[in-house]
Amino acid sequence: MSSAADPGTGDLRPSAGPGTAAVPVLPEAPAGRADARPAVPRAAGRRGAASAWRARFEIAVLVVPALALFVLFALVPMVQAIYYSLYRWNGLGPLDEFVGAENYRTALTDEVFLSAIGHNFTLVVLSLAIQLPLGLGVALLLNRPLRGRTALRLMIFVPYVLAEVVAGVIWLLMLQPRGVVDAILQTFGLGWAQQLWLGDQRIALYTLFVVLTWKYIGFAIILFLAGLQGVSPDLSEAAALDGASWWQTQRRITIPLLGPTIRIWAFLSMIGSLQLFDMVWILTKGGPGNATQTMATYLIQQGFDRGRLGYGTAAAVILFVISLVVALLYQRFVLSIDTADERAATRKGR
Amino acid sequence: MSITRVRRALVLGATVALLAACGGQGGAGSDEDAEAGGDVTLTWWHNGNNDPLLSYWQGVADDFEAENEGVTIEVEAIQNEDLRTRTQVALQSNDPPDVLPQWGGGELADQVEAGALMDLTDKIPDTIEALGGSAGGWQTEGKTYGVPYSLGVGGFWYNKALFDQAGIAEPPATMDEWFEAVEKLKAVDVAPVAVGAGDKWPAGWYYYYAATRTCAPETLETAQLEYDFTDPCFIEAGELVQQIVDAEPFNEGFLATPAQTGATSSAGLVGNGLAAMELMGHWNPSVMADLTPSKEGLGDDLGWFPFPEVEGGEGNASAMGGGDGFSCAAGAPDICAEFLAFIVNEDNQRGFGATGAGLPTLPAATDSVEDPNMQTLLAARDEAEYVQLYLDVTYGPNVGGALNDEVSLLFADQSDPQGIVDAMTEAAEAR
Repeated sequence: MSSAADPGTGDLRPSAGPGTAAVPVLPEAPAGRADARPAVPRAAGRRGAASAWRARFEIAVLVVPALALFVLFALVPMVQAIYYSLYRWNGLGPLDEFVGAENYRTALTDEVFLSAIGHNFTLVVLSLAIQLPLGLGVALLLNRPLRGRTALRLMIFVPYVLAEVVAGVIWLLMLQPRGVVDAILQTFGLGWAQQLWLGDQRIALYTLFVVLTWKYIGFAIILFLAGLQGVSPDLSEAAALDGASWWQTQRRITIPLLGPTIRIWAFLSMIGSLQLFDMVWILTKGGPGNATQTMATYLIQQGFDRGRLGYGTAAAVILFVISLVVALLYQRFVLSIDTADERAATRKGR
Repeated sequence: MSITRVRRALVLGATVALLAACGGQGGAGSDEDAEAGGDVTLTWWHNGNNDPLLSYWQGVADDFEAENEGVTIEVEAIQNEDLRTRTQVALQSNDPPDVLPQWGGGELADQVEAGALMDLTDKIPDTIEALGGSAGGWQTEGKTYGVPYSLGVGGFWYNKALFDQAGIAEPPATMDEWFEAVEKLKAVDVAPVAVGAGDKWPAGWYYYYAATRTCAPETLETAQLEYDFTDPCFIEAGELVQQIVDAEPFNEGFLATPAQTGATSSAGLVGNGLAAMELMGHWNPSVMADLTPSKEGLGDDLGWFPFPEVEGGEGNASAMGGGDGFSCAAGAPDICAEFLAFIVNEDNQRGFGATGAGLPTLPAATDSVEDPNMQTLLAARDEAEYVQLYLDVTYGPNVGGALNDEVSLLFADQSDPQGIVDAMTEAAEAR
């Protein structure tokens, strides 16, 4: 996530250099790190040419296997996908019907695909708007000394650990008409609130979002709790001495220091929402009436069920481009806040 | 929302692309094993993952091994929906199973065009002749590429006890009577019809059956050869479906109901007495039974009647059904064809008929069917003037899939009869 590039020095000291964007950085840190920099080139010079070759060898040994796998399983399929997306192809037989950009045109004018994109972005917005405050609130509460805190933390994390398919099937059964959810509502006198949770086109997407929140809020909370470990208790003690309330302390000190963690979580959440597949597939298969179709379920249905592999691949490429653009914009405008200090430090060091 | 999901989605994408990458290289290899003399292994995928079929097919494989020294059959029983996807994917790889499930129609034609299947015409001519007209759906351009072992027709499976309770004396023979029956069932607070519209094709079925009634057999034949859906009977069929949906006969939440998985699926609802009827194929009794706690289903309360006649319909004497068969992969050893012939020889067809899991295709074996409901079905099949293969099978995955998608949108109040015809025409043009 951070700008790991540190051009020019060829230095391999594991402890130096940026790469820790997720850990809150205290204000004094950049200055200290900048001071340490000028020592680097001198050290390399002393070790001489032999050790430089050794360093290159080490790089090769460490990087080549990972790089080979990446090329084989990520880059090659990506390039192939773009290639297939230019053909009309049912998956059987040779690729011989070149159609150029037609698959893309069809996808981008298809109402169902456009609504699927809309659903993906709805989930992105809902996740940020609801899971963030919820996760943050619970994390702040769980960060206080509390009886049974470990047990609580465990319980909140269980859904996240549970396999997605298992969780999906459990919810599927609970959300059936006259299922467990309806029975619970009935018990509490909320019978009027019963819905066709997965069968009603108007609410299926929101039902899905609730299940997703249940499943993934634990991940947000654990991440935030980890981030809170890095916030020095001294700061809140000092604030308390100055007469700040608990709420003021959280708002003015803890949450700002938790910024990098929140920004990383938001990034993962957005990409996850855009590429959402498995929970939808289990709960609704994109139905009823395409109300919960996402880009991923759409491309699988078109590609495999309808035997339009060329077209399905074009939809996959569009999904890839959308995710990439969102990721790059987010890096440029949001995550850059976290790397700004480091960049400034690097500049100063030279 | 999570790393896992990001990674899984990436892996999925990579897998799709990799699977695609493996396509188009053709199958070879197993032939060499056969010619090397002696031992041959046949891999066999089928959808009989529950008893009685599971043990029945295993017995067939064992018998064939016993009769043919050096032949080993590796059986893999896979759940139906999974099997369809896996077969599709396996045919794109260069290592498909030797004996693979085959539902005939447009899908078979696509696979033949891609050179994925073995031509059986000259290898087992006696078997093909014995099967007669039943093999029609597994032939294309005069050649046979698959052997059906079961050919059934679809219709309404119903609960006799619930019909009695609602005061319905006879199963409805016309659509008017059917609508009346629906009202009577509603009056006694029973869900009249279960439909697994969540899986889409069960919704599509209403259109298939409506079209088989409103369209003349010749019109349907032209439609499947030329993808010509301009005859007004295709719109009329949509209007009939619209009428059915408007009568609101379906179970609660039917848009999200699956067809065959779990007790809350449409088959489960009927099997457990929570809905009165379901439009489904000949396999339904065993599926329903499997979804009830006792594994027995409705027992003697289960009845069957064909899709009601439509006033003025040109296809009232037609039936629609489909069957299950097997094909050999293009690269399978020669003995594969003999194995297909073995599956449908008289002994095995009788044995299959006795399991009650389907309707034997070999005319000489039809008397082996003991179940009264299956006998009714068999009579309907053999008395029909014309047996149409299920439309989604006939039209192949793309046009058939478009049809299923659009009909389920009509069920969800998002499309109309014209929309269905348009969707099929559009998909046919983009084929």
